[in-house]
Amino acid sequence: MAVITVREAISQALREEMHRDERVFIIGEEIGRWGGTYAVTRGFLDEFGETRVRDTPIAESVIVGAAIGAAIAGLRPVAEIMTINFAFLAMDQIVNHAAKLHYMFNGQIRCPLVIRTVGGGGRQLGATHSQTPDVVFAHFPGLKVVAPGTPADAKGLLKTAIRDEDPVFFIEHATLYQMRGEVPDDDDFLVPIGVSDIKRQGKDVTIVSYSKMLQVSLEAASKLAEEGIDAEVIDLRTLRPLDTRPIVESVRKTNRLVVVEEGWRGYGIGAEIASQVSEKAFDQLDAPIRRVAQAEVPLPYNRRLEQMALPQVADIIHAVKDVMYIN
Amino acid sequence: MALELLKREAPTLSGLSPEELLELYRQMYLIRRFEEKSAELYTAGLIGGFLHLYIGEEAIAVGACKALQARDHLFTAYRDHGWAIARGLDPKATMAELLGKATGVSGGKGGSMHLASAAHHYWGGHAIVGGHLPMATGVGLASRYKGVDEAVLCVLGEGSTNIGYFHESINLAAVWKLPVVYLVENNQYGMGTSVDRASAVSNVFQRGCAYEIANDQVNGQDVLEVYEAVKEALEHVRREGPYLLEAVTYRYVGHSMGDPERYRQKAEIEEWRARDPIQNFAQKLQAHGVADAAQLEQIHQACEAELVEIVRFAEESPEPPDEALWEHVYVNPIEPQ
Repeated sequence: MAVITVREAISQALREEMHRDERVFIIGEEIGRWGGTYAVTRGFLDEFGETRVRDTPIAESVIVGAAIGAAIAGLRPVAEIMTINFAFLAMDQIVNHAAKLHYMFNGQIRCPLVIRTVGGGGRQLGATHSQTPDVVFAHFPGLKVVAPGTPADAKGLLKTAIRDEDPVFFIEHATLYQMRGEVPDDDDFLVPIGVSDIKRQGKDVTIVSYSKMLQVSLEAASKLAEEGIDAEVIDLRTLRPLDTRPIVESVRKTNRLVVVEEGWRGYGIGAEIASQVSEKAFDQLDAPIRRVAQAEVPLPYNRRLEQMALPQVADIIHAVKDVMYIN
Repeated sequence: MALELLKREAPTLSGLSPEELLELYRQMYLIRRFEEKSAELYTAGLIGGFLHLYIGEEAIAVGACKALQARDHLFTAYRDHGWAIARGLDPKATMAELLGKATGVSGGKGGSMHLASAAHHYWGGHAIVGGHLPMATGVGLASRYKGVDEAVLCVLGEGSTNIGYFHESINLAAVWKLPVVYLVENNQYGMGTSVDRASAVSNVFQRGCAYEIANDQVNGQDVLEVYEAVKEALEHVRREGPYLLEAVTYRYVGHSMGDPERYRQKAEIEEWRARDPIQNFAQKLQAHGVADAAQLEQIHQACEAELVEIVRFAEESPEPPDEALWEHVYVNPIEPQ
């Protein structure tokens, strides 16, 4: 096991899969000469050449659309959309094309495409560059949506996504690239899509989260432990298809659930999970399910206001104490 | 109308054999009758959703597909029945798709606007205006990536030359010199809005100048002119980069079924009907001694007999089974545990 950053993990996954399969190539804005705006693909142009590392114009629709076309024709493109906020410019290609082709043409067309993109707030980038609209993309059958929260999951899930036959929307978090963690050295280390993972065992309360908020939730769990509260933390890792079985099993044990997401509360992932848990484990719940999410405002630039809007460790602790009736 | 055809001499017989010429004629006639029959079946309630007919535009698909090689790729918009037939898809399975049957080219799950056949490198039938342009561009990218001589014919209506996809796709194809022919079927109306009301440039081939790519305009009512122009364009894109070709045409019927057609005059429709691609080609074939009226009539009768079989097959085919609802959402579905 090596200890590496999320950035290195994603970079390794891409590099290994490009060496493994010559059909894999990367396409996007500033991924080549610049080296990637988050430096994930630094050195790739020298290593793989211009055919496989394709700098594009600033034109998100055709970046995704051309990648879909290349996938139809038997290649395995990994398209990079610089931030998830720009994916809206390619929304029609993502939801009306990538997500539909296989079904609409009765299985004749395959679209083994990965769209890598970067979401999340907290960097004072203002309202249009700080969104966490992951749930929007998770709404559409036909897409798989993945959002890792650790270096190992980032690497293993990206490798699985590249080898998958379906379009995968792969959401990285802008403030997690420097996060370090252990990653297996195996070239074939894969993490399955569609499997939630228990990141911390506990017996008193279940906290469900993913991506950056997984780390915030784990920090909250550590603080709660100091107060004698033993939280179980479950990492969704995949938003579609959503694996709720470990959540339901955990709630049967803890009888209390808090869902933490960075995106807005309304129509959010917390709402979906609360609904599913209510359907499957209503009788096991000892308290109403609580959601911790972003304030329902566009994110402001001002650092203090931005942090007020984003879920914090204290918010999670407060919600946990609510469901335990100890506030 | 601001739109004027470039003056060019119509080709004589393009060096094609009598058999080849008669096959072009047969295809155009079959498509015309297929479309007329589709309208009947729609009115009778056997076809649902939208139905966009190709009547009046047959020469483009037939001429272009004559030039397109089997290894090449085809993308079209949603006015696609004629393209499917000209590309060689089974007309029976095409009609079955219109009726939503299991035997349809898309298993009854695509419908009129979403015909496709991977075996024919026909990647659809796409119903979002302009949405297929980036994908067609990407198939061109794959050809260059793999180093194979496979060109792409991307067919679009003039209405989609005003959407951002057109600019993004042609710009990228030009920067990367991709082997894509963008063939604009300019039938002069985007739904009910005429080209001069919607587009700053009515002769849309001129937009190729903005990207410094090869461009030309042909009479879309002349099957041989289309054939020769597409053939030349395909040769160009294999060697060089993208090509913008405009075929000027006209749809005789509404945008889709139920179009009240308040946006144009009957006289205009009659004027274009007088330039009918099928009748004109029939006259040409007779004038050059390729066929006489009796031989053409034989073709008509063969098409009528085939049409009976096409409709019988479609009507008698089974509905998709219930399981089909859940199939092909994913190649690798992940079942709930």
